[in-house]
Amino acid sequence: MASLVGSRVERKEDKRFLTGKGRYTSDINLANQTYAIFVRSPHARAQIKKLDISKAQKSSGVVSILTGSEIAEDKIGGLIAGWAIRSEDGTEMKCPANPPLAKDIVNFVGDPVAVVIAESLEEAKVAAEKVSVDYKVLKAVTSTADAMNGDTIHEGIDKNLCFDWLLGDRQKVKEAFEKADKVISIDIINNRLIPNAMEPRACLADYNSASEEITLYTTSQNPHLSRLIMSAFGNVSPEHKLRVVAPDVGGGFGSKINVYNEDIVCSWAAKKINRAIKWVAERSESFLTDIHGRDHVTHAELAVTNDGKFLGFKNETIANLGAYARVFGTVTPTYLFGPCATGVYEIPAAYSNVKAVFTNTAPVDAYRGAGRPEATYTIERLVEKASMELGIDKTELRMKNFPTAFPFKQTLVHTVDSGDYVAGMEKAKQMADYNGYEARRKESESKGKLRGIGVSSYFEACGIAPSAAVMSLGCGVGLWESAEVRFNPTGQVTVYTGSHSHGQSHQTTFAQIAADELGVPIENIDIVHGDTDKGTFGMGTYGSRSLTVGGIAIVNACKKIVEKGKRVTAKMLESSPDDVEFKDGEFIVAKSNKKKTIGEIAFACYLPGVRDEMKSPLPEGEEPGLKETAFFDPSNFSFPAGTHIAEVEIDPETGEVKLEKYTACDDFGRIINPMIVEGQVHGGLAQGIGQALYENAEYDETGQLMTGSYMDYTMPRADNFPEFNIGYTCTHATTNPLGVKGCGEAGAIAAPPTVMNAVIDALGGQEITMPATAEKVWKACKNLKKPNSKAA
Amino acid sequence: MRKVTLEINGKTVVKEVHDNTLLSSFLRDHLNLTGTHIGCDTSQCGACVVHVNGNSLKSCTALAADIDGSKVTTIEGLATNGKMHPMQEAFKKLHGLQCGFCTPGMVMSAVDLLQKNKKPSDTEIRDWLEGNICRCTGYQNIVAAVKEAATKM
Repeated sequence: MASLVGSRVERKEDKRFLTGKGRYTSDINLANQTYAIFVRSPHARAQIKKLDISKAQKSSGVVSILTGSEIAEDKIGGLIAGWAIRSEDGTEMKCPANPPLAKDIVNFVGDPVAVVIAESLEEAKVAAEKVSVDYKVLKAVTSTADAMNGDTIHEGIDKNLCFDWLLGDRQKVKEAFEKADKVISIDIINNRLIPNAMEPRACLADYNSASEEITLYTTSQNPHLSRLIMSAFGNVSPEHKLRVVAPDVGGGFGSKINVYNEDIVCSWAAKKINRAIKWVAERSESFLTDIHGRDHVTHAELAVTNDGKFLGFKNETIANLGAYARVFGTVTPTYLFGPCATGVYEIPAAYSNVKAVFTNTAPVDAYRGAGRPEATYTIERLVEKASMELGIDKTELRMKNFPTAFPFKQTLVHTVDSGDYVAGMEKAKQMADYNGYEARRKESESKGKLRGIGVSSYFEACGIAPSAAVMSLGCGVGLWESAEVRFNPTGQVTVYTGSHSHGQSHQTTFAQIAADELGVPIENIDIVHGDTDKGTFGMGTYGSRSLTVGGIAIVNACKKIVEKGKRVTAKMLESSPDDVEFKDGEFIVAKSNKKKTIGEIAFACYLPGVRDEMKSPLPEGEEPGLKETAFFDPSNFSFPAGTHIAEVEIDPETGEVKLEKYTACDDFGRIINPMIVEGQVHGGLAQGIGQALYENAEYDETGQLMTGSYMDYTMPRADNFPEFNIGYTCTHATTNPLGVKGCGEAGAIAAPPTVMNAVIDALGGQEITMPATAEKVWKACKNLKKPNSKAA
Repeated sequence: MRKVTLEINGKTVVKEVHDNTLLSSFLRDHLNLTGTHIGCDTSQCGACVVHVNGNSLKSCTALAADIDGSKVTTIEGLATNGKMHPMQEAFKKLHGLQCGFCTPGMVMSAVDLLQKNKKPSDTEIRDWLEGNICRCTGYQNIVAAVKEAATKM
């Protein structure tokens, strides 16, 4: 049987999506459902002096109006930070309470204060307009850089500082800098982004008064984790009386990891009114209340020798958490960021210091790449600047500092098990025709255009993550994953995974893996995810963990099936399990022609006994049935890596930046389905290039979101991109049996510095902030001497 | 309220609608044709594109009452006798979709492009699809799928 792993298998999920039969949360309707509209704060920071619902209650069709007071009375818990980070001085981080409905104070525009539940959506909207809230507006804090100097947002949290975290050794860094020939320094902003999954968030909560169960359909990347949080912290319902279903979910990119206010409020309220409640975000609500990403202000320095060896690295960052710390809010700018900021280089001494601040803006949390794009932007902008200042070719300078052997003990935390960074660089250069660049630059110049080339090499720590490691760093849960493999008596297989697909193609890739492991045709394998009533508890999908953690759990459960199959075969064929081999779906007794197919074994396991021609005795003590569960806890992160090269052409008359060429050469370890990996790379690149050239979330000084619609927030569109040139090198991960590393975040991690390095190269080394809009670039072009102008 | 008569995916539908009911809501909420998606509130994202009298249209920009008497095709009506349209086949073959949310609008828009331009260039495809936002694919495989479909239609 040909192996499916490595093949371009077309997706099992596509037909339903292409024929309009996808089933997203907003497509689901229940009999007798009501509709929720949330009343939200129009102010970034204000006290609620009075909230009057009397008029709204009389409005047509209103079923119930609930506020922060009822939430407090019912002791419904708030939203939580999933990681407890300690400051350099050993003190615990300081986080405010985040009630699902604000009662006394609102902290960002969009913070909900009440929910209006009505018979129809229109009636809910009309009634919500009649809820009267008397606010005392307070001065908002919105600037990341100045947050520590602003008014105190949350009582008891001085300087709006959640924590002041350090990783690394300041003294060693000081000594390294003293030995340096040169210090390269840089001040950069990692611009705030809004994830913008195309499906707006939605939820539909239902209460069954007979079974006392709540069922919540919601747009979640991790339904089991959501149930745990809603139960253990939200106090909505005991866990066994709460079912969370995340059906088809239209993209997440991190924005659908969190349990949101609406999930808790609708679940709680559905029980209160004993009716189903549906809520679907309008896009403007998504802009205001989905978690945002990035938003760092960084000063970084690199100590170098004149011949280009890196000696030391400093990273001083202020990270904006927004109004509240959410599930991955505090780990994103610390352990997902700090360790990766030294990049793919051997740097003897380094530290990352991060001050995480609260502001009156939407909560900031994990967005595709989460911390690693910010880390890569820091080091790769710095290294590119070093190459300019040292006059050493940008690719040579990088290669000079790549690790020479693997495992590579990275400066701050990680031990990278495998990789070949030089091979990646060399292949990327060849794919991009790096050596032919000068001719292209001259051609651009002859047309009056400025051309620039940018490089970045990255690694990322993903496949999150070993439970013992993350829990020691402050994670509130372990980050293992589960799988359950069930054979039917007639031989088809259902695989239950705790991870969740919202575009990642698990129904296909996981089925490819199970098909190879079990020797069962892929059409006889179904992958089930997204429902806490189906399958075992799992941690969900983020941090490129589905394959590297969830996929390995599937492999391990399949291996248990095979082991049981060997025991049963041995009994049936009067052999020893040690003499039974399994290959291509058949259990074969060594040195004989005796064999059983896995289908026959499955059948036997469900019909154990001997009668007439039916002879399927199970070994003594063996349970009937064929179903195995595995929990996989990885021994290490996984470490995709690569080099990307971009070329831009700038029209100095307009400042318009045209991305002419983009080359990505990545090492993802073994690739399960090349077609799907290409799609993941393309999508990641689009988001990374979007950050560099187009996207920016902007608040004004009063805390109003200036970029709250697709009219104002520049989403990358089809005509913004060239055809990407992508390729791979391959070193297998040594820490999992498939040798896989994860591919979903690489594009978003590598692209921003790659593109910005090209823009800055074209601008003669002038610093410019992301996104490189035409206005900024045009202004920078004014500072350039005309390349062909004569000296005065 | 007013009565509208529409031919939707080949079937005549007669319904009472409010004057302000958007075609997108009419399809989803009145006819349960939930393949047409709503991704924004400013007519920017294109997830709701359907064909009205053969031309692509963002269904959030039309009132159901305004198109009384029209023929509407939604993503549910694109396949014939259970066989997917060449555009749908091409999207599947070349991985032109991931989460699937923008896909119905993207496919309906792309089909209209090929009605108007049988052999579009890459640039023409990218320009035409500028009104449809996809957050997953980076558009590359969508462009490839449209080119592939052009060879089959």
